[in-house]
Amino acid sequence: MLDALILARIQFAANISFHIIFPMISIALTWMLLYFKWQYNRTGEDYWMNIYRLFVKVFALSFALGVVSGITMSFQFGTNWPGFMETVGNIAGPLLAYEVLTAFFLEASFLGIMLFGFNRVSNRIHTLATFLVAVGTTLSAFWILALNSWMHTPAGFEMIDGQAHATDWFAVVFNPSFPYRLVHTLLASGLTAAFLIAGLSAYRWLRGDREKSVIGGIRTGVRLAAVLIPLQILAGDLHGLNTLEHQPAKVAAMEGLWETQEGAPFVVFGIPDEEARTNHFALEIPKLASLILTHELDGEVLGLNEFEGEHPPVGMVFWSFRIMVGVGLLMLVISWAAVWMLRKGREPSPLMSKLLVGMTFSGWVAVLSGWYTTEIGRQPFLVSGVMRTAEAVGPVPPATVLTTLIAWLTLYAVLISAYVAVVFMLARNASAKEKLETGVNAHGPRVAPLIDPTIEPAGAPGNA
Amino acid sequence: MPELIPDLSVPAGWLPLAFMIVMGLSILAYVILDGFDLGVGLLLPMASDSEKDLMIASIGPFWDANETWLVMGVGVLLVAFPMAHGTVLTALYLPVSLMLIGLTLRGVAFDFRVKARDEHKERWNRAFFTGSFMAAFAQGFMLGELILGFEISVFATIFSAFIGLCLASGYALLGACWLIAKTSDRLQRKAIVWAKQSVLFTAVGVGAVSLATPLLSERIFDKWFTVQNLIGVWPIPLITVVLFVLLWRALRRLPVRLDQNNEYGIWMPFYSAVGLFMLAFHGLAYSLFPWLVVDELTIWDAAAAPESLMVIFVGAVIVLPMIVAYSIFVYRVFGGKATPLEYY
Repeated sequence: MLDALILARIQFAANISFHIIFPMISIALTWMLLYFKWQYNRTGEDYWMNIYRLFVKVFALSFALGVVSGITMSFQFGTNWPGFMETVGNIAGPLLAYEVLTAFFLEASFLGIMLFGFNRVSNRIHTLATFLVAVGTTLSAFWILALNSWMHTPAGFEMIDGQAHATDWFAVVFNPSFPYRLVHTLLASGLTAAFLIAGLSAYRWLRGDREKSVIGGIRTGVRLAAVLIPLQILAGDLHGLNTLEHQPAKVAAMEGLWETQEGAPFVVFGIPDEEARTNHFALEIPKLASLILTHELDGEVLGLNEFEGEHPPVGMVFWSFRIMVGVGLLMLVISWAAVWMLRKGREPSPLMSKLLVGMTFSGWVAVLSGWYTTEIGRQPFLVSGVMRTAEAVGPVPPATVLTTLIAWLTLYAVLISAYVAVVFMLARNASAKEKLETGVNAHGPRVAPLIDPTIEPAGAPGNA
Repeated sequence: MPELIPDLSVPAGWLPLAFMIVMGLSILAYVILDGFDLGVGLLLPMASDSEKDLMIASIGPFWDANETWLVMGVGVLLVAFPMAHGTVLTALYLPVSLMLIGLTLRGVAFDFRVKARDEHKERWNRAFFTGSFMAAFAQGFMLGELILGFEISVFATIFSAFIGLCLASGYALLGACWLIAKTSDRLQRKAIVWAKQSVLFTAVGVGAVSLATPLLSERIFDKWFTVQNLIGVWPIPLITVVLFVLLWRALRRLPVRLDQNNEYGIWMPFYSAVGLFMLAFHGLAYSLFPWLVVDELTIWDAAAAPESLMVIFVGAVIVLPMIVAYSIFVYRVFGGKATPLEYY
C-alpha cells in the first residue's frame, strides 16, 4: 500500500500536469488569435480569417479543459494539502484571490463574446473582448506564478507562531525567482502555441490542402518558434543561474553532481544512484558545468553531498531536465531549418511537414519536463526552507485517495486522447470547409461566416 | 450566541464577517447561475436532438463565467478562512471529488459534443447529462453533510443523498424556467411541463431541509422558534410559500398566453425560482451563522490574519463591482431568445 503522502503527491501532480498543458496553449494562442484578426483587418485577406476560425475552435476546447481542471486545482489545495493554507495562507490567499478577481472573471466572461458574439456586437467590441481574454489569461499566469515562485524563493514575510505573515507585499510578489519564472513560462507558452499552429497546418499540408491558410499557418508558426527559441534558451540560462543562487540543491540534482568541486564536469548521460551517491555509466564533458553555471572554467559548484537528507530525488530531476533541454534543442533545429526551407515563398518538403506534425505537441513535453525539474527539484520542501511537503498532507485515508486517483487518471487519459484526436479532426474539417467556401464565394472577396452543418449545432430558426 | 461574536469595530472582527458575506453571495450566485445551466444539462435526455443543440446553445456563452463563481466561493473559503478550508474539504473529500469529476466531464462534453465526430455526439451528450447530475447531486450531498456537521452515520448518508436529489430537482426547475424564457415553440412547451414536474420535488426538498435543520440541532431550533426570534424570521417561510404559489400559477397560465402569442410574464417562472433559491439560502445562512463547521469552528476562529484579509478586501471592493457590471453586459449581449452558436 502506498502511503498517503505519495498518493496525495501523485494525485496533485496528475491534476496540475493535466491542467497546465491547456493554459500553456491558451495563453499564447489568444494573443495569436488577436494577431490573426489584426492581420485580417489590416490586409483584408480571407486566409487570415480562415486560420483564425480553425484556431479559435482549438482555443475554445483548450480553454474549456483548462477551466474545468483549474476548478479542480482550487479544491485540491484543501483536500490534498490542508497544512499548506494553514501555514502560508496569509501569503498564498491574497495572491490566489487576485488571480480569481482580476483574471478568472475577466477571461471567462469575455470568452462568450469572443467565441459566439461576433454577430451581436461590433467588430471593435469583438476585438476588445478577444484582447481582454488575452489579458485575463496572461494575468492569471502572473498571479499563479508569483505564488509558485514564492514557494521556491520565499521573501517579504515573517513567521509568527508557525504561520507566515506578509511584511512587504512587493517583495512577496516580486520574489527573487518570479521575473525569471514568468518570462520562462510565457515564452514556453509561445513556443507551445507556435508548434501547435505549425503542426496542425503541416498536417493539412500533408493531406494535400494547398489553401493559403495552410502555408500561412506553417509560416507563422515556425517563424514565431524561430524567434522565441533563442530567447527561451537565454531566459532558461538566466533562470538556472537564479536557481543556483537560491536553490543550489536543485541545480546539483539537475547536473547530477555529488561532490562539491571546482571545474565541475557537465554530465551528458548517466544513471544517478542515490544509494551509492554516484552516477553509473556517466558520460562527462570536463569543466562545462562550471563554465555554464559560474561562467568560469574553475568555478566552484556545490554538490548534492552538501545537502544530504535535504535534496530532491536526483534521478527524476536529472532526467526531466535533460528531456526539457533536448526538446528545446530539437525546437531550435527544426524551427530554423523550417524557416530556411520556406524562404522566399518556397514550400515545405514532405519530410519537414512530417517533422512539424511530430512536433505539434512538443511544447507539452518541454513544459511538463521543465515543470517537473523545478517542482520535484523543490522537494522535500513545499515552501523552500519554510515547510516540508509531508507537513501539509491531509488526513484522508490512502484508500480513498487511491480510488479517486484511479478515477481521475482514467478520465484524464480519455480526455487527452479525445483532445488530440479532435484537434486533428478540426484541422481536417477546416480543409473541407474552406474548399466549400472558396467555391461559394468565388464572386466576392469577403467570406461570410458560414456555419458548417457537419460540425456546428444546427438549431432553430431566428438567428439574430 | 452573542458571546461567539467578537468586537466588530476592529478589523479582526468585521473583516471575517465581510468575507463571509462575500463568500455567501458568491456561493448564492454560483447556485443560481450554474444552477440553471446544470439544470439544462439534467433535462437534456428528455429533448430531441435539435432541441439538445438549442438547449446547450442557450447556456453556451455563460457557463464558463457561471462556474467561476464556484472558484470564487471556494477561493474565499481558501483565502479568508484557511483554517476551515482544509477541515471542510477533507471532510467532504468524496462528494467534492464526485462534483469535480462531474464538472470536468460536463465542461468538456460541452465542447466535444459539437467538435467530435458525429457518431460520438450521443456519447458526449450522455457525458454532459451524467456530469451535470454528478455535480448537482454532489453539491446537495455536501449541503446535507454540512447541515449535519459532518456526522458519519447511515442516517447522515441517506439524508445527504436525499438532499442531493432535491437539489438536482431544484436545478432542473431553474433550468426549465430558463428554457421557458430563452426558447420558443415546442421546446418552450416542453420546458413548462418539465418545470411543473420538478417544482413538486423541489418543494418537498425545501420543506425537508426546513424541517430537518431545526429538528436536528437544538441550537438551530432555538434560533427559529423562540418567541423573540419568531417575529423576525417568519417572513422567510411565508414568502417562500407565496413564491411557490406564484410559480405554480405562472406555469399554469403560460400555455394559454403563449397560444395567443403573448409572451408577457415569460421570465416570471425563472424569477420566482431564483427567489426561492435566495430565500432557502438565506434561511440556511441564518441557521448556520456564525459557524463554518457546525458547533466547531466559527468564521472568526477560521479567519486569516487581518492584514492579509485587508489586502484582498481592498481588491475585492474595487474589482467585484466591475465583475458584476461586465457580467451584466455579457448577459445583455446574449439577451433574447437563444440562437444556434457559431464561432466566427
